[in-house]
Amino acid sequence: MVIHSLQFNRAYSIKILFRNFRGFHQKLKGIIMATVIIPDALLVKNYVAGDENALATLIGRHQSKIYGFIYSKVTDRDISDDIFQDTFIKVIKTLKSNSYNEEGKFLPWVMRIAHNLIVDHFRRNKKMPMFRETEEFSIFSIMSDDAPNIEGRMITTQVEDDLKRLIQELPKDQKEVLEMRIYQDLSFKEISELTGVSINTALGRMRYALMNLRKVIDKHQIILTN
Amino acid sequence: MAKIYTSKTLATSKMLPKKETINFLLNYSKALTIQKKGNLIFECIAN
Repeated sequence: MVIHSLQFNRAYSIKILFRNFRGFHQKLKGIIMATVIIPDALLVKNYVAGDENALATLIGRHQSKIYGFIYSKVTDRDISDDIFQDTFIKVIKTLKSNSYNEEGKFLPWVMRIAHNLIVDHFRRNKKMPMFRETEEFSIFSIMSDDAPNIEGRMITTQVEDDLKRLIQELPKDQKEVLEMRIYQDLSFKEISELTGVSINTALGRMRYALMNLRKVIDKHQIILTN
Repeated sequence: MAKIYTSKTLATSKMLPKKETINFLLNYSKALTIQKKGNLIFECIAN
């Protein structure tokens, strides 16, 4: 019984020791992680030397700031992603071609690139603005279709039919002049030659034709507008 | 119950780019090699 309790005690104390050690190890790891942050300049140097993980670290470290900055200006997630991507493509190209020499100022440099790309974006957009449909804004409020809709086309056909019927009611000589002038687009000189009357007579017939049409339209309250 | 008059902020707390964008950049970086020869710069993207 005594031996048993002794064994138990020993196992228990080892367990506590182990737990303490584990806690200490975690704490140490935390301290190391908190204090040993590789500076940007070193990461850039490593990346230029060929360490691809350095870029991942750099992006991971600054993505929130850079993306937030871009989004605050363009307020569109997709465009922000595009600009973010273009920014880092420029960063990668500059670093890979060994043209980067602003050591210690990595983030401001990237921010500057992002800023320039945002300016480019707005300049391009000014020439060809992009509209996106949202709940409050309908794209059709600025984009209209000029072609008549089915209703408009039906009304036009009806109006034209009504007018044709009205013209049929005119006296023959007036109808002839009006059809030649309006539908065949002839001049009064040509009409006078074709009908064998003087220009003045043709003009007078046209005038009477229009007056008669107006009279009939007024009398029957016909609406000939779309 | 008292009303809460504070409104929700529109922006999410952390703005992060899409994972695809990051992956693209990392892969692009791995694929790209730039060679400088005198005045000429050669960009080579491995498939």
